[in-house]
Amino acid sequence: MELLNVFIRSAFIENMVLAYFLGMCSFLAVSKSVKTAIGLGVAVIFVLTITVPINWVIGELVLGPNGIFKMDLTFLRFILFIASIAATVQLVEMAVEKYSPSLYNALGIFLPLITVNCAILGAALFMVARSYNFSESMVYGIGSGIGWCLAIVLMAAIREKLRYSHVPAALRGLGIAFIITAFLGIAFMSLMGINPATYFAK
Amino acid sequence: MAESAIKTTVPLAPKEGWWGRKERSLITDPLHMDNPITVQVLGVCSALAVTTLVKPALIMGISVVAVTGFSNLVISSLRNGIPKQIRMIVQLVVIAALVTIVELFLKAFSYDVWKQLSVFIGLIITNCIVMGRLEAYAMANKPWKSFLDGIGNGLGYAWILVAISAIREFFGRGALMGYKIVGPSSDFLINTKSSALLSWYQPNGLMVLPAAAMFLIGTIIWIQRSREAKLVDIS
Repeated sequence: MELLNVFIRSAFIENMVLAYFLGMCSFLAVSKSVKTAIGLGVAVIFVLTITVPINWVIGELVLGPNGIFKMDLTFLRFILFIASIAATVQLVEMAVEKYSPSLYNALGIFLPLITVNCAILGAALFMVARSYNFSESMVYGIGSGIGWCLAIVLMAAIREKLRYSHVPAALRGLGIAFIITAFLGIAFMSLMGINPATYFAK
Repeated sequence: MAESAIKTTVPLAPKEGWWGRKERSLITDPLHMDNPITVQVLGVCSALAVTTLVKPALIMGISVVAVTGFSNLVISSLRNGIPKQIRMIVQLVVIAALVTIVELFLKAFSYDVWKQLSVFIGLIITNCIVMGRLEAYAMANKPWKSFLDGIGNGLGYAWILVAISAIREFFGRGALMGYKIVGPSSDFLINTKSSALLSWYQPNGLMVLPAAAMFLIGTIIWIQRSREAKLVDIS
């Protein structure tokens, strides 16, 4: 039950994009068509699912006071987390290129760009800040990845429809994308007061 | 005679000053026509999160200026020795080291602001401005110019941050830099409660939400693009 709670919170209530506004740059840049948005979204789910548990292991077993060095190395957190993320993305890229060239071609440049998606490092830092255990951090990674993917597909669908509407010239493209994201964020705020745990308890 | 003829025909090598027109434009371009937030769409995440109050926004802006400037300088000095395959890891390690220095510096000298910014100082690492400028400029240019490019882009980011945070703090809390200006309160030099001119204002809760920053950036883009036809998105 606790895991389901973490999952629902991370995917909807504390959605990375629409509640915390993380991973905004690629969210705005890649949401022009639904097809590429789905490709990037799936890649983000994949990377988050792998890196959050890996970073949990690094945080506990290498940097923590009970880790292999027996001292508090938390000031190295940023460097090790981002290095593990960059290495994971690079590995994922090589594996995808080798075993599924068609998927590799479909994702193109968006695969390496995931490294600088703040949602990935943000998820690792939130995991530390909320002191999740291993299974919770695993579910948190999957949940926040799915939340990010849903948000970018939603946005891409809206922007595809928007092409047929009459927007002031100076606001077209980037400007209106910002304003739509603001409205989506306000809409997602209505989920904020919900605590899934109370529903499961019934 | 012949000597002087030769001298005049040899073209003078283009003088590379430290502070020529090109160098100045590296600083001024990102402030308006090539702004990282409104034109290049880099570094939007942190622009939303830290702009509820002016003070953290100002400190965040200064930190980003320092990190972009020095990471550009370091990567540009190392650019010929970095293998292509691992350049992302090298860049990120340099950025992460600089951000860690900034974080420890803030923790030591300005603890309350450090607490307020918390996770977002760490997120400077993944602030796309830093990595974007490394890829787009520092990997192909000399250290001094790269340094100026970093400082310029950092400043372009910082002024948007401060402008948005000033609007949000004024309308959302009736204050600036933590000092109450309008609205019913008595905690500043002027007792705004007794003045009918200042006490009528009710703080607008919408401005405190991150969504307000999205609206404001959208509006800034709108204003900028209606003044500069070159920037309008034709597609």
